[in-house]
Amino acid sequence: MELPNFSYIHSLSGGDKDFEQQLLKILKAEFPEEKEIYFKAVAEKNFSDAAEIVHKIKHKISILGLEKSYTLADTYENNLKMGETALQKEFQEVLQVMTDFLKEL
Amino acid sequence: MNCIIIDDEATARAILLQLCTKVTELNVMGDFPNAIQAIKYLNQNEVDLIFLDIHMPDFTGFDFIQTIKNPPRIILTTSDANFAIEAFEYDCIVDYLVKPIALPRFEKAIQKAKVFQIEKEGAPAPVATAKPKADAPAKEKTSEDSATDLYINIDRRLIKIDMPSIYLIEAKGDYIQIKTEDKNYTVHSTLKKIEDKLPAHTFLKVHRSYIINIHKIIDIEDNSVLIKKDVIPVSRSNRPELMKRLNLL
Repeated sequence: MELPNFSYIHSLSGGDKDFEQQLLKILKAEFPEEKEIYFKAVAEKNFSDAAEIVHKIKHKISILGLEKSYTLADTYENNLKMGETALQKEFQEVLQVMTDFLKEL
Repeated sequence: MNCIIIDDEATARAILLQLCTKVTELNVMGDFPNAIQAIKYLNQNEVDLIFLDIHMPDFTGFDFIQTIKNPPRIILTTSDANFAIEAFEYDCIVDYLVKPIALPRFEKAIQKAKVFQIEKEGAPAPVATAKPKADAPAKEKTSEDSATDLYINIDRRLIKIDMPSIYLIEAKGDYIQIKTEDKNYTVHSTLKKIEDKLPAHTFLKVHRSYIINIHKIIDIEDNSVLIKKDVIPVSRSNRPELMKRLNLL
Protein backbone atom coordinates (compact mmCIF):
# COMPACT_ATOMS: atom_id res chain seq x y z
CA MET A 1 0.00 0.00 0.00
CA GLU A 2 1.21 3.55 -0.79
CA LEU A 3 2.44 5.59 2.14
CA PRO A 4 1.62 9.17 3.15
CA ASN A 5 4.10 11.87 2.26
CA PHE A 6 4.63 15.59 2.74
CA SER A 7 5.02 16.66 -0.88
CA TYR A 8 1.74 18.62 -1.04
CA ILE A 9 2.26 20.21 2.38
CA HIS A 10 5.81 21.21 1.41
CA SER A 11 4.59 22.70 -1.87
CA LEU A 12 2.15 24.85 0.12
CA SER A 13 4.48 25.89 2.90
CA GLY A 14 7.44 26.93 0.77
CA GLY A 15 9.61 26.10 3.79
CA ASP A 16 7.36 27.84 6.33
CA LYS A 17 7.80 25.41 9.26
CA ASP A 18 5.26 27.22 11.45
CA PHE A 19 2.57 26.67 8.85
CA GLU A 20 3.52 23.00 8.46
CA GLN A 21 3.29 22.45 12.22
CA GLN A 22 0.00 24.32 12.43
CA LEU A 23 -1.54 22.36 9.56
CA LEU A 24 -0.45 19.01 10.98
CA LYS A 25 -1.84 20.01 14.36
CA ILE A 26 -5.23 20.73 12.78
CA LEU A 27 -5.08 17.48 10.77
CA LYS A 28 -4.27 15.49 13.89
CA ALA A 29 -7.19 17.08 15.75
CA GLU A 30 -9.76 16.87 12.95
CA PHE A 31 -9.00 13.46 11.46
CA PRO A 32 -9.87 11.31 14.54
CA GLU A 33 -13.18 13.17 14.91
CA GLU A 34 -14.08 12.49 11.29
CA LYS A 35 -13.00 8.87 11.63
CA GLU A 36 -15.31 8.46 14.61
CA ILE A 37 -18.24 9.96 12.71
CA TYR A 38 -17.47 7.62 9.80
CA PHE A 39 -17.39 4.43 11.91
CA LYS A 40 -20.58 5.47 13.73
CA ALA A 41 -22.39 6.08 10.42
CA VAL A 42 -21.22 2.74 9.03
CA ALA A 43 -22.23 0.89 12.22
CA GLU A 44 -25.69 2.46 11.96
CA LYS A 45 -25.82 1.67 8.23
CA ASN A 46 -26.39 5.37 7.63
CA PHE A 47 -24.75 5.35 4.20
CA SER A 48 -25.68 8.91 3.34
CA ASP A 49 -23.85 10.28 6.41
CA ALA A 50 -20.99 7.86 5.76
CA ALA A 51 -20.65 9.22 2.21
CA GLU A 52 -20.61 12.81 3.56
CA ILE A 53 -17.78 12.11 5.95
CA VAL A 54 -15.81 10.05 3.42
CA HIS A 55 -16.03 13.12 1.19
CA LYS A 56 -14.31 15.19 3.89
CA ILE A 57 -11.73 12.54 4.70
CA LYS A 58 -10.97 12.31 0.98
CA HIS A 59 -9.46 15.80 1.15
CA LYS A 60 -7.12 14.72 3.95
CA ILE A 61 -6.11 11.67 1.94
CA SER A 62 -5.05 13.98 -0.87
CA ILE A 63 -3.22 16.34 1.52
CA LEU A 64 -1.11 13.39 2.60
CA GLY A 65 -0.25 12.63 -1.03
CA LEU A 66 -2.16 9.33 -1.18
CA GLU A 67 -3.20 9.51 -4.81
CA LYS A 68 -4.37 5.91 -5.33
CA SER A 69 -6.18 5.93 -2.01
CA TYR A 70 -7.92 9.14 -3.06
CA THR A 71 -9.30 7.41 -6.15
CA LEU A 72 -10.39 4.49 -3.98
CA ALA A 73 -12.12 6.83 -1.51
CA ASP A 74 -13.84 8.63 -4.35
CA THR A 75 -15.29 5.36 -5.67
CA TYR A 76 -16.21 4.26 -2.15
CA GLU A 77 -18.03 7.56 -1.55
CA ASN A 78 -20.07 6.98 -4.70
CA ASN A 79 -20.80 3.39 -3.62
CA LEU A 80 -22.09 4.65 -0.27
CA LYS A 81 -24.31 7.20 -2.01
CA MET A 82 -25.89 4.27 -3.83
CA GLY A 83 -26.28 2.39 -0.53
CA GLU A 84 -23.47 -0.06 -1.30
CA THR A 85 -20.46 -0.88 0.88
CA ALA A 86 -18.04 -2.24 -1.73
CA LEU A 87 -14.44 -1.09 -0.95
CA GLN A 88 -15.25 -0.59 2.75
CA LYS A 89 -12.40 -2.84 3.89
CA GLU A 90 -9.89 -1.17 1.56
CA PHE A 91 -10.99 2.32 2.64
CA GLN A 92 -10.64 1.39 6.30
CA GLU A 93 -7.12 0.15 5.59
CA VAL A 94 -6.34 3.63 4.23
CA LEU A 95 -7.72 5.14 7.44
CA GLN A 96 -5.41 2.90 9.44
CA VAL A 97 -2.37 3.91 7.37
CA MET A 98 -3.22 7.59 7.96
CA THR A 99 -3.79 6.98 11.68
CA ASP A 100 -0.41 5.29 12.04
CA PHE A 101 1.30 8.05 10.08
CA LEU A 102 -0.22 10.89 12.11
CA LYS A 103 0.49 9.09 15.37
CA GLU A 104 4.20 9.03 14.54
CA LEU A 105 4.39 12.80 14.03
CA MET B 1 -9.28 42.43 -2.65
CA ASN B 2 -11.05 41.81 0.63
CA CYS B 3 -12.07 38.18 0.88
CA ILE B 4 -13.56 35.60 3.22
CA ILE B 5 -13.29 31.82 3.38
CA ILE B 6 -16.23 29.50 4.03
CA ASP B 7 -15.47 25.83 4.64
CA ASP B 8 -16.66 23.44 7.32
CA GLU B 9 -13.29 21.68 7.35
CA ALA B 10 -10.66 23.38 9.53
CA THR B 11 -7.83 21.82 7.49
CA ALA B 12 -9.25 23.30 4.29
CA ARG B 13 -9.55 26.75 5.87
CA ALA B 14 -5.94 26.61 7.07
CA ILE B 15 -4.78 25.70 3.56
CA LEU B 16 -6.77 28.51 1.96
CA LEU B 17 -5.45 30.99 4.50
CA GLN B 18 -1.92 29.90 3.62
CA LEU B 19 -2.62 30.19 -0.12
CA CYS B 20 -4.03 33.69 0.39
CA THR B 21 -0.80 34.80 2.08
CA LYS B 22 1.00 34.03 -1.19
CA VAL B 23 -1.03 36.59 -3.13
CA THR B 24 -0.31 40.16 -2.04
CA GLU B 25 -3.59 41.58 -3.38
CA LEU B 26 -5.65 39.38 -1.07
CA ASN B 27 -6.74 40.55 2.35
CA VAL B 28 -8.54 37.84 4.31
CA MET B 29 -11.22 39.46 6.46
CA GLY B 30 -12.35 36.24 8.10
CA ASP B 31 -12.91 32.51 7.78
CA PHE B 32 -16.12 30.72 8.67
CA PRO B 33 -16.96 27.06 9.36
CA ASN B 34 -20.49 27.41 7.99
CA ALA B 35 -22.59 29.52 5.64
CA ILE B 36 -24.85 30.92 8.36
CA GLN B 37 -21.98 32.62 10.19
CA ALA B 38 -20.73 34.01 6.90
CA ILE B 39 -24.16 35.42 6.03
CA LYS B 40 -24.24 37.22 9.40
CA TYR B 41 -20.82 38.67 8.64
CA LEU B 42 -21.88 39.74 5.12
CA ASN B 43 -24.92 41.53 6.51
CA GLN B 44 -22.52 43.93 8.22
CA ASN B 45 -19.51 43.91 5.91
CA GLU B 46 -18.74 44.09 2.22
CA VAL B 47 -16.22 41.79 0.57
CA ASP B 48 -14.88 41.49 -2.99
CA LEU B 49 -14.33 37.76 -3.11
CA ILE B 50 -15.52 34.61 -1.34
CA PHE B 51 -13.80 31.22 -1.30
CA LEU B 52 -16.74 28.92 -0.88
CA ASP B 53 -16.86 25.19 -0.20
CA ILE B 54 -19.80 23.51 -1.94
CA HIS B 55 -20.06 20.42 0.20
CA MET B 56 -21.18 21.54 3.64
CA PRO B 57 -23.78 19.88 5.86
CA ASP B 58 -27.27 21.42 6.14
CA PHE B 59 -26.50 24.50 4.04
CA THR B 60 -24.46 23.87 0.89
CA GLY B 61 -22.40 26.38 -1.04
CA PHE B 62 -25.14 26.59 -3.70
CA ASP B 63 -27.75 27.26 -1.00
CA PHE B 64 -25.51 30.05 0.24
CA ILE B 65 -25.21 31.66 -3.21
CA GLN B 66 -28.96 31.61 -3.68
CA THR B 67 -29.47 33.21 -0.27
CA ILE B 68 -27.27 36.27 -0.51
CA LYS B 69 -28.32 39.36 -2.43
CA ASN B 70 -25.82 40.83 -4.91
CA PRO B 71 -23.14 38.23 -4.27
CA PRO B 72 -19.53 39.27 -4.80
CA ARG B 73 -17.16 37.21 -6.91
CA ILE B 74 -17.06 33.62 -5.72
CA ILE B 75 -14.40 30.96 -6.18
CA LEU B 76 -15.77 27.55 -5.39
CA THR B 77 -13.59 25.02 -3.63
CA THR B 78 -14.54 21.35 -3.58
CA SER B 79 -13.27 17.79 -3.58
CA ASP B 80 -15.92 16.91 -6.12
CA ALA B 81 -15.35 17.80 -9.77
CA ASN B 82 -18.89 16.74 -10.61
CA PHE B 83 -20.39 20.09 -9.64
CA ALA B 84 -18.46 22.05 -12.28
CA ILE B 85 -21.34 22.25 -14.73
CA GLU B 86 -23.78 23.49 -12.11
CA ALA B 87 -21.20 25.96 -10.80
CA PHE B 88 -20.99 27.90 -14.01
CA GLU B 89 -24.72 28.44 -14.13
CA TYR B 90 -24.16 31.22 -11.61
CA ASP B 91 -22.96 34.59 -12.91
CA CYS B 92 -21.00 35.38 -9.76
CA ILE B 93 -18.79 32.27 -9.88
CA VAL B 94 -15.45 33.05 -11.43
CA ASP B 95 -13.65 29.76 -10.91
CA TYR B 96 -13.87 26.29 -9.51
CA LEU B 97 -10.95 24.83 -7.57
CA VAL B 98 -10.72 21.10 -6.93
CA LYS B 99 -9.01 20.16 -3.66
CA PRO B 100 -6.17 19.67 -2.96
CA ILE B 101 -5.52 23.15 -4.36
CA ALA B 102 -2.04 23.79 -5.72
CA LEU B 103 -0.57 27.30 -5.56
CA PRO B 104 -0.24 27.85 -9.36
CA ARG B 105 -3.90 26.91 -9.87
CA PHE B 106 -4.92 29.16 -6.99
CA GLU B 107 -3.01 32.10 -8.47
CA LYS B 108 -4.71 31.50 -11.82
CA ALA B 109 -8.12 31.68 -10.11
CA ILE B 110 -7.20 35.01 -8.52
CA GLN B 111 -6.21 36.35 -11.94
CA LYS B 112 -9.60 35.28 -13.27
CA ALA B 113 -11.30 37.06 -10.38
CA LYS B 114 -9.42 40.24 -11.25
CA VAL B 115 -10.34 40.03 -14.95
CA PHE B 116 -13.93 39.26 -13.98
CA GLN B 117 -14.03 42.43 -11.89
CA ILE B 118 -12.61 44.58 -14.71
CA GLU B 119 -15.16 43.17 -17.19
CA LYS B 120 -17.97 43.73 -14.73
CA GLU B 121 -16.95 47.32 -14.09
CA GLY B 122 -16.69 47.96 -17.84
CA ALA B 123 -20.01 46.36 -18.72
CA PRO B 124 -23.08 48.55 -19.11
CA ALA B 125 -25.06 48.38 -15.87
CA PRO B 126 -24.80 44.68 -15.13
CA VAL B 127 -27.48 43.29 -12.87
CA ALA B 128 -25.98 41.13 -10.18
CA THR B 129 -27.96 38.03 -9.59
CA ALA B 130 -27.60 35.09 -7.32
CA LYS B 131 -30.09 33.06 -9.26
CA PRO B 132 -28.96 30.34 -11.63
CA LYS B 133 -29.52 31.16 -15.27
CA ALA B 134 -32.26 28.57 -15.38
CA ASP B 135 -34.27 30.79 -13.06
CA ALA B 136 -33.57 33.88 -15.12
CA PRO B 137 -36.25 36.15 -16.63
CA ALA B 138 -38.89 34.86 -19.01
CA LYS B 139 -37.04 35.88 -22.17
CA GLU B 140 -34.04 33.74 -21.32
CA LYS B 141 -36.26 30.89 -20.25
CA THR B 142 -37.99 30.96 -23.62
CA SER B 143 -34.72 30.52 -25.46
CA GLU B 144 -33.90 27.57 -23.23
CA ASP B 145 -37.31 26.14 -23.97
CA SER B 146 -36.46 25.96 -27.64
CA ALA B 147 -33.37 23.86 -26.98
CA THR B 148 -33.99 20.15 -26.96
CA ASP B 149 -30.72 18.88 -25.50
CA LEU B 150 -30.10 18.21 -21.85
CA TYR B 151 -26.68 17.13 -20.64
CA ILE B 152 -26.41 14.94 -17.56
CA ASN B 153 -23.27 14.08 -15.64
CA ILE B 154 -22.74 10.36 -15.12
CA ASP B 155 -19.35 9.07 -13.95
CA ARG B 156 -17.76 12.34 -15.07
CA ARG B 157 -19.15 11.94 -18.59
CA LEU B 158 -21.62 14.41 -19.96
CA ILE B 159 -24.35 12.48 -21.70
CA LYS B 160 -26.76 14.21 -24.04
CA ILE B 161 -30.44 13.44 -23.73
CA ASP B 162 -33.03 14.61 -26.23
CA MET B 163 -35.58 16.20 -23.87
CA PRO B 164 -38.73 15.24 -25.82
CA SER B 165 -37.66 11.58 -25.43
CA ILE B 166 -37.97 11.86 -21.63
CA TYR B 167 -41.31 10.56 -20.45
CA LEU B 168 -40.81 10.41 -16.69
CA ILE B 169 -38.51 11.70 -13.96
CA GLU B 170 -38.69 10.24 -10.50
CA ALA B 171 -37.02 11.56 -7.32
CA LYS B 172 -35.10 8.90 -5.40
CA GLY B 173 -33.44 10.39 -2.33
CA ASP B 174 -30.40 12.39 -3.43
CA TYR B 175 -30.86 11.09 -6.98
CA ILE B 176 -33.34 11.35 -9.80
CA GLN B 177 -34.16 8.67 -12.30
CA ILE B 178 -34.72 9.93 -15.83
CA LYS B 179 -36.67 7.57 -18.03
CA THR B 180 -36.46 8.00 -21.79
CA GLU B 181 -37.79 6.04 -24.75
CA ASP B 182 -34.50 4.13 -25.03
CA LYS B 183 -32.83 4.16 -21.66
CA ASN B 184 -33.07 5.06 -17.98
CA TYR B 185 -30.47 7.23 -16.20
CA THR B 186 -29.82 7.78 -12.50
CA VAL B 187 -28.30 11.17 -11.76
CA HIS B 188 -27.22 12.93 -8.56
CA SER B 189 -29.63 15.87 -8.69
CA THR B 190 -33.02 17.06 -7.52
CA LEU B 191 -36.41 17.26 -9.14
CA LYS B 192 -36.36 21.05 -8.69
CA LYS B 193 -33.10 21.43 -10.62
CA ILE B 194 -34.23 19.38 -13.60
CA GLU B 195 -37.66 21.01 -13.57
CA ASP B 196 -35.95 24.36 -14.13
CA LYS B 197 -34.20 22.95 -17.20
CA LEU B 198 -37.20 21.36 -18.86
CA PRO B 199 -39.62 23.16 -21.20
CA ALA B 200 -42.63 24.05 -19.09
CA HIS B 201 -45.09 23.44 -21.94
CA THR B 202 -44.10 19.78 -22.17
CA PHE B 203 -43.26 18.75 -18.62
CA LEU B 204 -45.32 18.98 -15.49
CA LYS B 205 -44.67 18.07 -11.89
CA VAL B 206 -47.68 16.00 -10.92
CA HIS B 207 -46.43 14.84 -7.54
CA ARG B 208 -43.59 15.80 -5.22
CA SER B 209 -41.62 12.81 -6.56
CA TYR B 210 -42.62 12.84 -10.23
CA ILE B 211 -42.36 15.01 -13.33
CA ILE B 212 -44.08 13.71 -16.44
CA ASN B 213 -44.00 14.53 -20.13
CA ILE B 214 -47.64 15.37 -20.72
CA HIS B 215 -47.40 14.35 -24.39
CA LYS B 216 -46.61 10.78 -23.34
CA ILE B 217 -49.69 10.23 -21.21
CA ILE B 218 -51.69 7.17 -22.21
CA ASP B 219 -54.60 7.66 -19.87
CA ILE B 220 -55.67 9.34 -16.67
CA GLU B 221 -57.74 7.70 -14.02
CA ASP B 222 -58.78 9.33 -10.77
CA ASN B 223 -55.55 10.43 -9.14
CA SER B 224 -53.06 8.67 -11.37
CA VAL B 225 -51.71 8.81 -14.91
CA LEU B 226 -50.46 5.96 -17.04
CA ILE B 227 -47.24 6.69 -18.91
CA LYS B 228 -45.70 3.77 -20.79
CA LYS B 229 -46.06 1.02 -18.20
CA ASP B 230 -45.72 3.33 -15.19
CA VAL B 231 -48.71 4.35 -13.13
CA ILE B 232 -47.85 7.72 -11.57
CA PRO B 233 -49.76 9.30 -8.69
CA VAL B 234 -51.10 12.82 -9.20
CA SER B 235 -51.32 14.89 -6.06
CA ARG B 236 -54.55 16.76 -5.38
CA SER B 237 -52.85 20.15 -5.62
CA ASN B 238 -51.32 19.39 -9.04
CA ARG B 239 -54.39 17.84 -10.61
CA PRO B 240 -56.06 21.15 -11.68
CA GLU B 241 -52.92 22.21 -13.58
CA LEU B 242 -52.72 18.82 -15.28
CA MET B 243 -56.37 19.02 -16.35
CA LYS B 244 -55.83 22.55 -17.66
CA ARG B 245 -53.04 21.32 -19.92
CA LEU B 246 -55.11 18.57 -21.54
CA ASN B 247 -56.87 19.05 -24.84
CA LEU B 248 -60.20 17.90 -23.47
CA LEU B 249 -63.13 17.19 -25.78
